[in-house]
Amino acid sequence: MLEVSGLTTAYGEISALRDANLRVGSGEVVGLIGPNGAGKTTLLNTVAGLLAPRAGSVSLDGEDVTGWDPEALVRAGLALVPEHRRIFTDLTVEENLKVGGITLPAADRTALLEEMADLFPVLRAKWATAAGYLSGGEAQQLAIGRALMARPRLLMMDEPSLGLAPILVDVVFELVETLQAQGRTLLVVEQNATRMLEVADRAYVLRSGEVVAEGPGAELRADERLFDLFVGN
Amino acid sequence: MVELLQNLIDGLGRGSIYALLALGVAVVFGVMHLLNFAHGEMITVSGYVAFWALEAGWSWFLTVPLIILAAVLTSLVIERVAFSRVRGADEFTLLLTSFGVHFVVFAIFLLYVSASVKTFRRPGWVTDTYAVGPLRIEVFDTVVIAVTVLTLIGTTIFLQRTTFGLSLRAAAADFDAARLMGIRSDSVIRGAFALSGLLAGIASVFWLMRAGSTVPSAGINPMLKGVLAALIGGLGSLRGAVLGGFALGMAEVLLRSRLPDSVASLTEGVVFLLIALLFIFRPQGLVSVDHAERV
Repeated sequence: MLEVSGLTTAYGEISALRDANLRVGSGEVVGLIGPNGAGKTTLLNTVAGLLAPRAGSVSLDGEDVTGWDPEALVRAGLALVPEHRRIFTDLTVEENLKVGGITLPAADRTALLEEMADLFPVLRAKWATAAGYLSGGEAQQLAIGRALMARPRLLMMDEPSLGLAPILVDVVFELVETLQAQGRTLLVVEQNATRMLEVADRAYVLRSGEVVAEGPGAELRADERLFDLFVGN
Repeated sequence: MVELLQNLIDGLGRGSIYALLALGVAVVFGVMHLLNFAHGEMITVSGYVAFWALEAGWSWFLTVPLIILAAVLTSLVIERVAFSRVRGADEFTLLLTSFGVHFVVFAIFLLYVSASVKTFRRPGWVTDTYAVGPLRIEVFDTVVIAVTVLTLIGTTIFLQRTTFGLSLRAAAADFDAARLMGIRSDSVIRGAFALSGLLAGIASVFWLMRAGSTVPSAGINPMLKGVLAALIGGLGSLRGAVLGGFALGMAEVLLRSRLPDSVASLTEGVVFLLIALLFIFRPQGLVSVDHAERV
């Protein structure tokens, strides 16, 4: 589904991502873990078209999409739940979801709205509320629902559990499992590495802009080196 | 009491035009973070178009749509030629670019048309008044207020009910997030400039009807009113811009009628003083918007 090879992204002179290789197969849930500043967000933002890569390529279902605009990538089937959620605070919950489905025909959008209301009961209760008034957990669910509205073939999430109370972290991971059971393809950046490795089919470990380990979630979890990577040994 | 009521109506008439101008400034600022000091050029260009059309014997009835069309096209051309090249630049660069656009348009009319004032006939009813009790109301103010209210209602419906309106509001709230949803930056920015031009065009019709003339620098005054009103209202807030327009119109009328004759000519200065005071005590303007965090 997604094939990232040799991807390098830099902010001015500082390269935040170096020669990263990553693959996500159809129906797979892939985790992307690593300490702060490892380049996880940079990787997702480059794949989503928000940042231009300096080298390397991104392909989606065999098509080279390197350097495409975000607006073109959504149409190609790739959606991102961005870091900090970035919901539209002065739009209502319903309007946020509608914007998520803006590339679809109106009839499909209406059908998907109903689907999202079923998937996120807390949002249905606040349908006409301005999104700025949502709690952190509700806002995160809205951000995920908004991305799902584009009917993506690959959904990428950037730190979906960040800043949430433990009980809401559970809600997010349950949601990831629900989406996994629906056969969706996910690429998830998480700081909560242990939880992520429990649900992920495979995972990549990033450190200082480079992929330093990869493998099935269970395997990485048993790997003692992983602990060292996080404490920076 | 009667005088106050009279001022109120006069202020609404003046404020209506400012509100239309300010709304156009705010729409563009919302999606691009550009404080457009070239917003008056729509009035400069459409002013000359009106002059040529009326000179050629067109009726005002036919000239009105022409003025609006000229304003919309001017807005789109300026976006294409100038602002599309500095998209995403910092706000200071955008600001300087808009100054540049103003001087280029000014120079074009100065060099290729004329430096002198071009006058044209005004519609006959512009100076007509009618009485309501002790009040003397201008037919012109009545028309301006009515058209402005209809335009504001129409704009609100457009922004709230149409898919394009939704895109525009999403892009104003968080431009990058909107692009991640598939909103095309090209079309949303051009749409914002078209809407801004349309609003300026309607304002231009009234501005020109009242002025009855144009010069190469004709855009400066309406631009200042629009930008100031948008600032008073709190940049980025559309409701604030409309409110700012009416507040500015009202303040000008009240000051002009209440200040002693010896200082009445300083009305503009006093208005600026009041605006400065407003910003000292409320730097975010009348209506504050808490935008989503920009990264």
